Amino acid sequence: MAKVLMKGNEAIAEAAIKAGCTHYFGYPITPQNQIPEYMSKRMPQVGGTFIQAESEVSAINMVYGAAGAGARAMTSSSSPGISLKQEGLSYIACAQLPCVVVNMIRSGPGLGGILPSQGDYFQATKGGGHGDYHLVVLAPSGVQEAADLVAEAFDIADEYRIPVMILGDGMIGQMMEPVEFKKHEGRELPEKTWAANGWKNKNHARRVVNSLYIEAEAMEEVNRQLQEKYAEITKKETRVQEFMTEDADYIIAAFGTTARIAKNAALKAREMGIKVGVIRPITLWPFPAEAFAQAAEHVKGILCVEMNTGQMVEDVKLSVNGKVPVEFYGTTGGFVPTPAAVVDALEKLKEGK
Amino acid sequence: MTEQIILAGFGGQGVLLAGQIIAYAGMNEGKNVSWLPSYGPEMRGGTANCNVVVSDEEVGSPVVVEADCLIVMNRPSLEKYEKDLKPGGLLLLDSDLIEIEPTRSDIKVIKVPANSLAEQAGSIKAANMVMLGAYNACAHVVQNKTIIECLEKIMGEKKAHLIPMNEQALELGAQAAK
Amino acid sequence: MAKVFEKTKMLTDVPFHYCPGCTHGIIHRLVAECIEELGMQDKAVGVAPVGCAVFAYNYFDCDMMEAAHGRAPAVATGIKRACPDDLVFTYQGDGDLASIGTAEIVHAAARGEKITTIFVNNAIYGMTGGQMAPTTLVGQVTTTSPYGRNAETQGMPVKMAEMLATLDGAYYIERTSVHNVPNIVKTKKAIKKAFQYQMEGKGFSIVEILSTCPTNWGLSPVEALKWLEDNMIPQYPLGVTKEGR
Repeated sequence: MAKVLMKGNEAIAEAAIKAGCTHYFGYPITPQNQIPEYMSKRMPQVGGTFIQAESEVSAINMVYGAAGAGARAMTSSSSPGISLKQEGLSYIACAQLPCVVVNMIRSGPGLGGILPSQGDYFQATKGGGHGDYHLVVLAPSGVQEAADLVAEAFDIADEYRIPVMILGDGMIGQMMEPVEFKKHEGRELPEKTWAANGWKNKNHARRVVNSLYIEAEAMEEVNRQLQEKYAEITKKETRVQEFMTEDADYIIAAFGTTARIAKNAALKAREMGIKVGVIRPITLWPFPAEAFAQAAEHVKGILCVEMNTGQMVEDVKLSVNGKVPVEFYGTTGGFVPTPAAVVDALEKLKEGK
Repeated sequence: MTEQIILAGFGGQGVLLAGQIIAYAGMNEGKNVSWLPSYGPEMRGGTANCNVVVSDEEVGSPVVVEADCLIVMNRPSLEKYEKDLKPGGLLLLDSDLIEIEPTRSDIKVIKVPANSLAEQAGSIKAANMVMLGAYNACAHVVQNKTIIECLEKIMGEKKAHLIPMNEQALELGAQAAK
Repeated sequence: MAKVFEKTKMLTDVPFHYCPGCTHGIIHRLVAECIEELGMQDKAVGVAPVGCAVFAYNYFDCDMMEAAHGRAPAVATGIKRACPDDLVFTYQGDGDLASIGTAEIVHAAARGEKITTIFVNNAIYGMTGGQMAPTTLVGQVTTTSPYGRNAETQGMPVKMAEMLATLDGAYYIERTSVHNVPNIVKTKKAIKKAFQYQMEGKGFSIVEILSTCPTNWGLSPVEALKWLEDNMIPQYPLGVTKEGR
């Protein structure tokens, strides 16, 4: 198929439809509005469902219902709206339902601003709502990758019965880049034998989608199952991209939008004679700890660059476990780091300042 | 080759569209491109701007901080973005609407009376195309014919009758830049 | 020997956890009987609330989902849109529906969502130990209105059936009671009608059922039935508040 020039938000919406998403529930919030707008136009064309819910709270619960009944369901929002969805996400995680949630992060906290940020890293990767759970978090760094990861997100969600988040930011959502909707080689997925959608034929036990376990033993067992699943996902689904790391003396750790700037900075630093590589986690959860641990064996230091005040840097530090110095450079408010500023920070790291 | 462009003007002047056409044309010629708009409240009634990158390499940051070219269609945009042009860079300004002079002396400046040339082509709305024509005559980032093919695609059948006028606007812009 | 009563197949054999004298059990049975009589056993999906009926998924012998507090109408919306031929119902109390879940119920009704809500109004939060609900009567003593509900500082009871009747999207709304046999019969008729309207694709339907909570009202079961009749019905008049568009 030919390439088309599309905004990240639109590409994600189209990719979801091509991945067989039949139910979308959303609520307007900048900078992700092109997703519900696109869905409102496309869903009726493909016989799917689009509902503009009365709130983000309601939208995520509609996802719970549709996903619980066996549909490929999705919602999207931006930071303040994602906070409202946390209750629903916790229930979905416990009820072990598959769904895809898009967060185009805007700057915060509070109502914040509408410009790009990566300030929701903690919220996305550490659970976000109450209880011990994780989402699988995929962080595209461009429009093409965003589209590709959407199809993967639905497959991962269905395979493991887990909510998957696509974590972008205002820039990924608003930017136009060429995108090609490649044929997705889907995986073989288990039948949804748990979906509560009417007890037809009655050749199986009736189905209950639930997250209430009043008996301690039962609740403990659910947690054990969840952790087992998370371990399996960590083993099988961790993704990372390495850029010029082989001979690198220094590593920039960055994800999403920031990783693009990191690559620019690495090239610039190499022109100045500093051997720099980039490690870009594509899955923020599960975190590619191994890639950083290995790098720590041969590099002199790691600089973590984020559009926040230092969140992923904690996971990088845990991964290298004190083996090499890990420094941080970040921007907030909607400012995107410049390659020059990243190179400055690298020089400081090199000089041990 | 990596060309980084900032286009800025009032909302409604079509700077976002002009930027999109550069990106489209670049893509159709097999280059890597990105188009990043300003978005949000800034869009409404105020200034509009976009960053375009056209490159043979993978596009790194879509945010343009050292522009090869700055295309401005109003005074606030000139004042705001002049500093973002790299030394030796190209500044194209709509001289019908911008009465002040650029402050920098280390850049190349081309003044295009875009509004009057657009009127001459048939509509003041084509001022963005005049600027685009002027830009491409200087920068040669894409072929003119690719730009016209992109225009045809974007405008569709409904607005196909506007193509000749836009073509003329592009041409008048190109001449003015010479 | 002649069989005079048979428990509906739509209820499991799990014993109800409800307090003695609580009328939830009656309402469960009515809902279950209606589903069975309409032959919808294999197409019914129920949504349980948070509150006393939180374990409803253990009792109704059909596919069930458990929703977060107040969110049952949104969950039911998702189910119905995924399975338009199913009979989808929510079973919610007054804390769940009339307080934390007002947005969800109002907009499900406004959209004319083709689902049915069984709304059990007992004027109190039962599960959490008898706190004041939006439906608590003025002067009624609860654990969070120990001096009786004060209209000045705690507002007036919310009349959901009347409020929802103002929405054009709602198709059928009726308030009934289960404090005596004639009203139990009327309640069953209302539930059946609500389900039928859903299956006919008419739109949103809800039956608000006045119910007792002897434990938290501090009354015997018999006194509670009397208290409902004397105090709740004047505040919450029975009858159809909306039918048709």
